[in-house]
Amino acid sequence: MAKSTIKLRTKEKGGKIQVKALITHPMETGIRKNKKTGKKIPAHYITDLEVTANGKPVITAEWSGSISKNPFISFKYAGSKSDSVTLTWKDNTGKSDSLTKKIGEK
Amino acid sequence: MKKLITTVALFAIALTPIVTAQAGPAEDQKALKGYFTKSLAGKDLNDFGNGVYALDADARSQWEEIEEFPPYEIALDTGSELWDKKFKNGKSFESCFGDITKVRAKYPYHDEAKDTIITLEGEINKCLTDNGEKPFKWKKGKIAAVSAHIAYAGRGQKVNVQPKTKKALAWYNKGKNFFYAKRGQLNLSCADCHVYNAGRKARGDLLSPLYGHPTHFPVFRSKWGSLGTLHRRYGGCNKNVRAKPFKAQSDEYKALEYFQAAMANGLELNGPGARK
Repeated sequence: MAKSTIKLRTKEKGGKIQVKALITHPMETGIRKNKKTGKKIPAHYITDLEVTANGKPVITAEWSGSISKNPFISFKYAGSKSDSVTLTWKDNTGKSDSLTKKIGEK
Repeated sequence: MKKLITTVALFAIALTPIVTAQAGPAEDQKALKGYFTKSLAGKDLNDFGNGVYALDADARSQWEEIEEFPPYEIALDTGSELWDKKFKNGKSFESCFGDITKVRAKYPYHDEAKDTIITLEGEINKCLTDNGEKPFKWKKGKIAAVSAHIAYAGRGQKVNVQPKTKKALAWYNKGKNFFYAKRGQLNLSCADCHVYNAGRKARGDLLSPLYGHPTHFPVFRSKWGSLGTLHRRYGGCNKNVRAKPFKAQSDEYKALEYFQAAMANGLELNGPGARK
C-alpha cells in the first residue's frame, strides 16, 4: 500500500471533536522560478479539501498556491466520539489522496 | 648562604607552572548559569533547552500546542526511511553508528588524533562517502531528516561535552572567542543578543539564552518552512548582523558548536525542535 500523504489526528476536547491534519504536498505556487534554468516551476497545489464525519461534510475548502507547503489544518466540530472522520484532498494536476480515522485512532 | 637561598627561590618560581588566565569550560558554564540566574531571575534554568519557551508563558502555550502535532513529523518519517535504507554495498547507517538510541549524545566531540571536532552531520556524510554513496548537502533536506531521526531517538539523554586535552581546549576557546567577538556591519557578537540581552526582544522576537542553545537541533523553523541543521542557523544568524557567513561544517562553526555544546553540559537533548 502506498504511503499516505495525510497524517490525521482526532480527539475529543471540551465537548467537541478536534481534528488536526498534516498533509505532505509541495503547494507550488507556479510563480517561483528554477534558479538554475530560469524557468517557472509549474503550479502544483491542492485545490479542494473536504473533511467528512460519517459521510457528512464538516469542512469543504477551496485552496490555492497561497497555502504553504506541507499544510497543517486544525479545527473543531460538534460531533461524537464514535465518529469516523475522512479527509480528502484533490490538486490542480488531478491527483488526490484520502484518509479515514476513527476518533482517537492513531 | 643568602645568595644560595635567593637562587633556589628564583629557580623554584621559574619551575612553577604558569596558571592560564583563561578559565576552563566548567567554570565558564558556572559563570554563565550564575549570570542568567540573575538576569532572568525566576526562570527555571533546567528548562532552558526549550529556549525562548522557557521564558515566555504565552509563547510556550502556543509552542506546546504545536508540539502536539509538530511540523517536523514529515521529516522524521523521511529520516527513518533513509536510516533503514540499505546502501548499494548492502550496509546502512546502522553499520556506521550502531544502536541509534546512543548516537546523538556522542556529538560533538574532539578527535585528538585528527585534532578536529567531529559533528553528527559530519559523521552522517562520512558514513555515506565511506560506503561509496554520495554525501548529502550540509544544511537542509536529507541530512537534516537523518539528523532529526537520530536526535529523536536520543531524546532525554544528557549533553556530555568535556574538553580536557590541550588541543580540545584550543578548539573550545576558538569557539568561545567566536561567540564573544563582534562581527558584521551591525557590529554585534553572538553574546550581545544571547547573553547580555537574552530574554529581551529584537524587533518582534524574544532572544534566547546561550545556556541550552544547541540541544533541540536540528530545528524546524516556520520561517524556513523546513528542517535545518545547527550550521544552517549559524549562517542565518551571521547574515542577520550583516556578516558574511562561514560555510557549514567549517572550522569556525565546528568550534562554535563545540563551545555551545560544552555550555549546555548536563542539559537534556530534545531534538528535533520546532521554532518560529
